[in-house]
Amino acid sequence: MASQHGAQPVFNNKVIAWIDHRLPIFSYIEKEYHTFPTPRNFNYFWNFGAIATVMLLLMIATGVVLAMNYQPNSELAFASVERIMRDVPSGWLLRYMHMTGASFFFAAVYVHIFRGLYYGSYKAPRELLWILGVVILLLMMATAFLGYVLPWGQMSFWGATVITNLFSAIPVVGDSIVTWLWGGFAVDNPTLNRFFALHYLLPFIIVGVVALHVVALHVHGSNNPLGIDPKGPQDTVPFHPYYTMKDGFGVVCFLIVYAIFVFFLPNALGEPVNYVPANPMVTPNEIVPEWYLLPFYAILRAVPDKLGGVICMFGAIAVLFVLPWLDTSRVRSCTFRPVYKWFVFLLVADVLILGVCGAHPPEGWYVPISRICAIYYFFHFLVLLPILGKIERPLPLPPSIADAVLSKKA
Amino acid sequence: MVASGALAAVGAIATAWPFINNLNPAADTLALSSIEVNVKAIAVGQAISVKWRGKPVFIRHRTEQEIKEAEAVPLAELRDPQTDDSRVTDTAKKVRREWLIVIGVCTHLGCVPLGTKQGDPRGEYGGWFCPCHGSQYDTSGRIRKGPAPLNLAVPDYLFTSDTLVKIG
Repeated sequence: MASQHGAQPVFNNKVIAWIDHRLPIFSYIEKEYHTFPTPRNFNYFWNFGAIATVMLLLMIATGVVLAMNYQPNSELAFASVERIMRDVPSGWLLRYMHMTGASFFFAAVYVHIFRGLYYGSYKAPRELLWILGVVILLLMMATAFLGYVLPWGQMSFWGATVITNLFSAIPVVGDSIVTWLWGGFAVDNPTLNRFFALHYLLPFIIVGVVALHVVALHVHGSNNPLGIDPKGPQDTVPFHPYYTMKDGFGVVCFLIVYAIFVFFLPNALGEPVNYVPANPMVTPNEIVPEWYLLPFYAILRAVPDKLGGVICMFGAIAVLFVLPWLDTSRVRSCTFRPVYKWFVFLLVADVLILGVCGAHPPEGWYVPISRICAIYYFFHFLVLLPILGKIERPLPLPPSIADAVLSKKA
Repeated sequence: MVASGALAAVGAIATAWPFINNLNPAADTLALSSIEVNVKAIAVGQAISVKWRGKPVFIRHRTEQEIKEAEAVPLAELRDPQTDDSRVTDTAKKVRREWLIVIGVCTHLGCVPLGTKQGDPRGEYGGWFCPCHGSQYDTSGRIRKGPAPLNLAVPDYLFTSDTLVKIG
């Protein structure tokens, strides 16, 4: 149904009208997800926010049912996971969905972040939208770390030991903080129990921040591949049916790839040593986090100083918070930034190489390479972005989205 | 349009099914859905209580007198009319009058009636007495007095030999 700006939609159904008059959910959906004017020139990079939301809901659904059978006690945890895999109806499926879902959730979010970096979605007036996104990323990383400890395998235990030990780098109070985090003198049952409680809690906080993220988005609407604001109805299409259908299609394609991993490659992205029960007396040959944390792990190890490594690792995320102010370019989209766009690709390559370095022991060539890549990462954000924005000569922007879209057809 | 709606519905059910199926009893619970009891050690006049599916099951080795008393009761007097024979038949249709096997849960509000252990009160009818609200069961486990509406339930059981009974 058509609604003019400011007018409330009229509902024919009396029950819906009654509810809407008291709690305008239906008007809200009508305005924000039906008629909402959305740029007409989205490419498939714009699907990944919706994909990430679907993955979040999937992780919560599988997580809740897994929690019905999981035992958060160091004596029982590993066996409870195996019981889920073998004895609980459909347990194997739900566990693999949850395990693989974490990887695909991060994959979707990283593509979503790339879109933001390349098309300048973090620039005014969307700075807060971007910052909320970085908060979501941080919460996801914490949730994933906590969750990985729960099966209480060798990597669960030793990953927990390494990451909690990082806090001992803090001068004066470091050791007390670590004891406080552990609830004891080493990673043990108290640690596992509280990690489970927090792992159950954080996803619901993520849902809250995602809600804020979407509300912030809807204030000024989405960015688009050209990076120029819509100037009128000729530049936009209603969200439904154009992007409900396009997102639906994208989600299905994504879920097909996801299903291939769940059913045919469930352990391809994991570490075999985590199928060995945790042993506080024996450290595995290599301690590595899951793939989505590898670049940060590489930065941590690149710095020869313990406290320096911790600061740089958290710093790598901290620079993302201030990105909107580091980039001085007046132009949003890399489509019109002929020099900077190659540096964005270079950053992607840099992060991928850091990931590879993180997966290997810090020996031989991996050491200098991870240092060079870590230095480039900070150089890119702290030096390159501010300077390039001022000296780069952007390509001329098209007069409007409609012009750019329609002239392509000619 | 109808076809895509129907397909979406099938997809939704296929997605929901593993989550719903997940709440069904797991293999370890199902493994205990049947138990085997060796009744050789139960002397005549003695009874034991075993745990089956989370509930007590009374197995009483009845005396001749207890059997005669149970058979002599006219059905018209019973709140929940059942012949004694029908309550001592296993799933292979074999009657063993000396073995009474009933679920030890009062059919009123679910307490465990007394009468299995030596020295327990058995009520006026020689069977079981429920201390919660005073229901009284006879030597066939049938309700005779008190608020319970039904006889003590008889689970499916099968004597795989003269001394081994599989319950459930």
